[in-house]
Amino acid sequence: MKVIYILWLRELRRYSRSRAQLIASLGQPLMYLLALGFGLGPVFQKAGQGSYLQFVAPGVIAMTILFSSVFSGIGLLWDRQFGFLKETLVAPVPRIQVMLGRTLGAATVAVLQGCLVTIVCFIAGFRFTHLALSPLALVFMLLIACLFAALGTAIGSMLQNMQGFQLIMNFLVMPIFFLSGALFPLNGLPKVLGFITSLDPLAYGVDGLRSALLARAHFGMAIDVAVLVGVTIVLLIIGSRLFARIQA
Amino acid sequence: MIEVQNLTKKFGDFTAVDAISFDVAGGEIFAFLGPNGAGKTTTIKMLTTLLTPTSGTLRIDGLDVSRNPNEVRKRFGIVFQDPSLDGDLTAWENMELHGIFYHMPRKLRIERTEQLLKLFELWERRKEQVKLFSGGMKRRLEIARGLLHTPKILFLDEPTLGLDPQTRNQLWIHVKHLNQTEGVTVFLTTHYMDEADRVAQRIAVIDHGKIVAQGSPNELKRQTETESLEEAFLALTGSTIRDESANVSADQMRAMARMWGNRR
Ligand SMILES: Nc1ncnc2c1ncn2[C@@H]1O[C@H](COP(=O)(O)OP(=O)(O)O)[C@@H](O)[C@H]1O
Ligand SMILES: [Mg+2]
Repeated sequence: MKVIYILWLRELRRYSRSRAQLIASLGQPLMYLLALGFGLGPVFQKAGQGSYLQFVAPGVIAMTILFSSVFSGIGLLWDRQFGFLKETLVAPVPRIQVMLGRTLGAATVAVLQGCLVTIVCFIAGFRFTHLALSPLALVFMLLIACLFAALGTAIGSMLQNMQGFQLIMNFLVMPIFFLSGALFPLNGLPKVLGFITSLDPLAYGVDGLRSALLARAHFGMAIDVAVLVGVTIVLLIIGSRLFARIQA
Repeated sequence: MIEVQNLTKKFGDFTAVDAISFDVAGGEIFAFLGPNGAGKTTTIKMLTTLLTPTSGTLRIDGLDVSRNPNEVRKRFGIVFQDPSLDGDLTAWENMELHGIFYHMPRKLRIERTEQLLKLFELWERRKEQVKLFSGGMKRRLEIARGLLHTPKILFLDEPTLGLDPQTRNQLWIHVKHLNQTEGVTVFLTTHYMDEADRVAQRIAVIDHGKIVAQGSPNELKRQTETESLEEAFLALTGSTIRDESANVSADQMRAMARMWGNRR
């Protein structure tokens, strides 16, 4: 337990010490929010879908959590590069605890980042329609963060160097983002696209957030929670196998 | 305490460690000497569960290393040749993390951290992030951290590389002290023959992945009919210079050859 806690704390300490990075990482969500929120607003409104800013804000929050948690998960690569990984691998600690500590730390950082972006959204004019449901939004943020931190750790255990990282960003993380319905409604999509989006775990996270913040659901909250929890468990199992196999 | 039989490690078709066998008794200080690229670090990585051997058996404190890695990990401490600190954390936090990894009681951890940070003159800087430290300070912290918990076996992979003579002296005094008072078995590698001569009770000389001689410093001198360990070492391993960069470029050339379809 103590090992999990200290590794979790380590992620938080690192996060709180990289202020510049923290601010820089708010730039991208802000850009999506402002450029798309205000740029596509009129078209969206004409199509009878209401305010696009309202619609896209949960998507932008989910995106922030996705990127942040995958990045910290992949931070494993940096530990390999800078050598700290060796220190954790020779310690008399079950690898599963090391993995859990890191993953929970990465997830917590991602949720904090998501909360910051929520505040930014609020300043930009976003409003919760159901304030009573906002604790649920926090739960969904945490679920999304855990899922993708687990994914990040699994990927980080496989990659040997930074070259694989670009590949993962372009062919895994970006598609997960674009196909999640963060930017467009999932209703009435062409069949094939609709099917693909239903395979994207982030789609359920975005849907859950939107249900909680706007009472606007596609799959429904129960399904969202079930899928997010299920996929996270599978990823944790795969991740712990991969993590246990790491050689330094 | 350490039993190694026919230990072999291959990286692709390159044999880094070639069927070596040796034993280290409990309470002994054992030195592994060899030129760059001889296979010392690779051997230590296999002994410390970081690398799986290609073949051979490894036992530590009677335990099979590949079968009980976690039990084995409880029994040793290590100072790595390469950096292994977390630069974002402070010196104190790096020590704290280590102490918790090794399940040290809080009070003991704090006491020993203070003692070791003072010994290696890092106490004043304990609240600074390690990435701001100079190379020598980082190295001293690696050593202080490696000595924090008291293991049965201590692995030291070129611990004095880049240290000033004062710190080097401090380190060996401390290691000898641990060995004498707590019976810690020490397995070290070094480039400095005088150090090996001074601290090691037994030495194995390794070259090109093979052990070419084993014995006490005096036995090695007698075997090679030389006066000093340095001369004995040169007599055993030849005087051609082998630096690691030479190895790297050979590897690169092999990779290039493979890319051009030359399968050799
Ligand atoms: N991961 C690796 N992949 C390929 N070759 C390696 C790897 N690690 C070490 N080697 C090679 O194995 C040889 C022995 O290395 P090492 O054990 O580090 O030597 P030493 O510590 O004695 O200087 C060197 O030629 C080195 O290039
Ligand atoms: Mg070495």
